[in-house]
Amino acid sequence: MDRFERQYILPGFGPASQQKLRKTSVLIIGAGGLGCPALLYLSAAGIGKIGIIDGDLVSLSNLNRQVLFGKEDLGKNKAESAAEIIQKKYDDIEVEAIPYFLTKENILGIIQNYDLILDGSDNFPTRYLVNDACLIAGKPLVFGAIYQHEGQVAIFNAKGRHSINYRDLYPIPPSAREVPNCNETGVLGVLPGIIGTWMAAECIKYLTGYGDSLEDKMLFYDLLNHNSYQVQLAKNPDREQNRPKNHSELQTMDYQDFCGLSAQTDWEVALSLLRNTNQSVLVDVRELGEQPELVDIDHIQIALADLPNSRSQLASFQNILLFCQSGSRSLKAVDMLKSQFPDKNIQSVEGGILRYLFD
Amino acid sequence: MKLLAFGKIAEIIGKQEIEIENFPNTDILVGYLQQQYPALKDLKFSIAIDKKQVNGNVSITTGAEVALLPPFSGG
Repeated sequence: MDRFERQYILPGFGPASQQKLRKTSVLIIGAGGLGCPALLYLSAAGIGKIGIIDGDLVSLSNLNRQVLFGKEDLGKNKAESAAEIIQKKYDDIEVEAIPYFLTKENILGIIQNYDLILDGSDNFPTRYLVNDACLIAGKPLVFGAIYQHEGQVAIFNAKGRHSINYRDLYPIPPSAREVPNCNETGVLGVLPGIIGTWMAAECIKYLTGYGDSLEDKMLFYDLLNHNSYQVQLAKNPDREQNRPKNHSELQTMDYQDFCGLSAQTDWEVALSLLRNTNQSVLVDVRELGEQPELVDIDHIQIALADLPNSRSQLASFQNILLFCQSGSRSLKAVDMLKSQFPDKNIQSVEGGILRYLFD
Repeated sequence: MKLLAFGKIAEIIGKQEIEIENFPNTDILVGYLQQQYPALKDLKFSIAIDKKQVNGNVSITTGAEVALLPPFSGG
């Protein structure tokens, strides 16, 4: 007897299916509300190798739904913490922690090492990036996403270009702010628990051929009334619009810009954002003491080099407006922060403080 | 015909399911809904008729079930 006996005695599953799982590798993108339950069930089911990528740290507000983690994990990297917990439970599978945020620069190198990709990310720029990279690399993608009390699950790209992908459903991306994520609207922990578990089930079914998978279909679920709705997806003539077709085209994509988050703004727009919402912050990214100083607008100072360590100072804001002397360092700063906060509105104020003071 | 709405679209319409008069095609239906619920104009969504995704302007047969499918991003 081994720890998989109960599933391989299942009629229609059997030892051959178990062998397939053992020989398969799955990459879980995001050890969040969806990634945690998916990871628990995929590791329990005996997937041979599981990778977990997440650059985020465990915070207190994650604990209602990111059920792998507890109080002792606060402040730890999610991927490393999750990998440690899973490896301790099961020593017969390989677990790889990738403690970074996914970027267009690193994604193809990472996904090529896995047979199947599971997207449990939490924002549109990352979802399009993952979709496009899976198309380029020829990887099947198990997709899951939630909104308040509803969820959706699908399998994309199972058979390369013959298959449906996210761009068939939504060739024009919603703006990143059109649909708020759970950090903004709240969520009961059980909803990503259900959807993440469905995603794990779809991985197992797809890999073993057990039952009918959600290949080229999308399943909607509503926690409030248990309504579900399954739709057969269809190819969209606009699917190729703006889609990067290879490695170098992927590198030229700006997914934030594509999802309506442009990297630059002017002082007028910046000041109005600062006046109208307390979710906005203005950051001087110059070195301490650089002249001229900005004296008449509330702002904080984080020098460019310190930005990678400033997550806790910025995480609560939706609009992060960056300025420097003339606008070039602050534009670099946008790039540095984008991978950490893919769905925030992070903008460099054009012309910097010189334009503010002298134009 | 029956109209099913999900996510933010259901929030805007105020219901997940409504019976409405028949519309000849999806463009006219969407135009009518955007007029009734202007907030829909800012949203991207896909459309399904009788549980099959459709693209472009497609005719709607009497008694069909049309669903408006918005993207979710949360995780």
